[in-house]
Amino acid sequence: MRESLSKTGVLTKEDLAQSPGVPSEERMERGPVVYIECMEEIPCDPCQYVCPKDAITVGEQIIDLPVLDEVKCDGCGICIPICPGLAIFVVDKSYSNEEALVGLPYEMLPLPKAGMKVHGVDREGKIVCEARIVKVLNPKKFDRTAVIYLAVPRNLALDVRHFTFPEEEE
Amino acid sequence: MIETEFAVVGAGPAGLSAALEAGRAGVQTMLMDENQAPGGQLVKQIHKFFGSKEHWAGMRGRDIGDKLLEQVKKAGVKVMLDTVVWGIFDEGKVLGIKEGDRNRQIRAQKILLATGASENPLAFRGWTLPGVLGAGAAQTLVNLHRVLPGTRVLMVGAGNVGLIVAYQLLQAGAHVLAVVEALPTIGGYGVHASKIRRMGVPILTGHTVKEASGNAKVERAMVVRVDDRGHPVPGTEKKFEVDTICIAVGLHPLAELAWICGCQFAYISELGGHVPVHTENMETTVPGVYVAGDAAGIEEATVAMEEGRLTGVDVAHCLGYISGGKAQRLRAEIQTRIQLIRTGPFGEALKGAKEKLIERKG
Repeated sequence: MRESLSKTGVLTKEDLAQSPGVPSEERMERGPVVYIECMEEIPCDPCQYVCPKDAITVGEQIIDLPVLDEVKCDGCGICIPICPGLAIFVVDKSYSNEEALVGLPYEMLPLPKAGMKVHGVDREGKIVCEARIVKVLNPKKFDRTAVIYLAVPRNLALDVRHFTFPEEEE
Repeated sequence: MIETEFAVVGAGPAGLSAALEAGRAGVQTMLMDENQAPGGQLVKQIHKFFGSKEHWAGMRGRDIGDKLLEQVKKAGVKVMLDTVVWGIFDEGKVLGIKEGDRNRQIRAQKILLATGASENPLAFRGWTLPGVLGAGAAQTLVNLHRVLPGTRVLMVGAGNVGLIVAYQLLQAGAHVLAVVEALPTIGGYGVHASKIRRMGVPILTGHTVKEASGNAKVERAMVVRVDDRGHPVPGTEKKFEVDTICIAVGLHPLAELAWICGCQFAYISELGGHVPVHTENMETTVPGVYVAGDAAGIEEATVAMEEGRLTGVDVAHCLGYISGGKAQRLRAEIQTRIQLIRTGPFGEALKGAKEKLIERKG
């Protein structure tokens, strides 16, 4: 088990660099692709069955970590809401010259609306930037885990994993 | 006296799965639960479950309960709700039940005790003040009754229950000021911890609650760092202004009926304490009396379902509804799935503990 994760509950960038579920820098530059932050051997495998492109493999031993095939993955993000750990994200660094797109699972109410300005929040709960809600997906098949797409500064594509509404902060 | 072939006490994941497996095979089965709704703890599990396809992974716990119940009813099982089983007699062949206002007895050829678990308490100064409650109780209030126990919460314990309930309290609109954990590491899944960390909840490992205080109810909590022997370190106190302290420091098997009918127990700390000794097919040391799920040792709901199935298969085989060959095949499939769950950093200890328990029987 990752020491940082079991001590603090937060995966570090060094941890994630070793994850079999994260894509290469070049792949993220080319377009949307999933970024899987699942680094602990727990018995779970629905991600490998939900992927229409067969881009995620856990294998027979369901405690094995999900392995991403970044060539097959087209970043559709259908695996985001199926993950019980809310540990799958989508990153798209081709979004614009200044911004990257981050897709994340969200199970809070109210849901944001496209166009809203929010604060981008990192894995430790710290506000790191201004961000913009680009898309809110919440179809029935996602079973009440909405997928929110945020536009964030390009250099923070691997940091922003949550957001808050500015008016609600204490 | 009511007569039946198979009586199942407790309609949680283990009881439902056992009744389903036996009922499908043709065994005359009665499933009873003291609550007004079946499902056991599943009814308040609003999060998506881990596991594999066979455990409906990715589905929310309460929806899994609904699905199991639907199948159980289709299998011809008689479901008796609001039914308390208060005694077990005649060497584990007769149950004393209170069905609504009526006292009755049930004679069954096989009995499964799938009575679940109870939360461990934690004593500290002020622990009897209103506002200190079990995390499971808080989860029931929020997810079933839709009432917040308070608005500013301290969670004690970073196992899966503490982490999940902290998240669900956030979903319900409460502020969770911190999760404290006396051990040096987080006991629950990292992904559950990550979920609340990014929502701004600190997890203080190596810390515990020292004192709750307030005028007739909790108004604040004192948290203190503990050394590696678990002793509080003076001068490290931190004060939290909270109105609720949730205790999530583990569960223990709820197996009074097994004690009453004379089942042999073993003390196995990894499984939550005193656990009825049982065979691989979940039969206790009293012939015809089975245990499954948390009553047979604290594990995940996915394991409870599999243990229920093992019981159902054995009962169906012993009563002549399925052949030895078929029972053997079904058992092998179930055991394979259990072994897949009981591997990895979280499962290995449980696997070892269960093996110890089953060996003792021999």
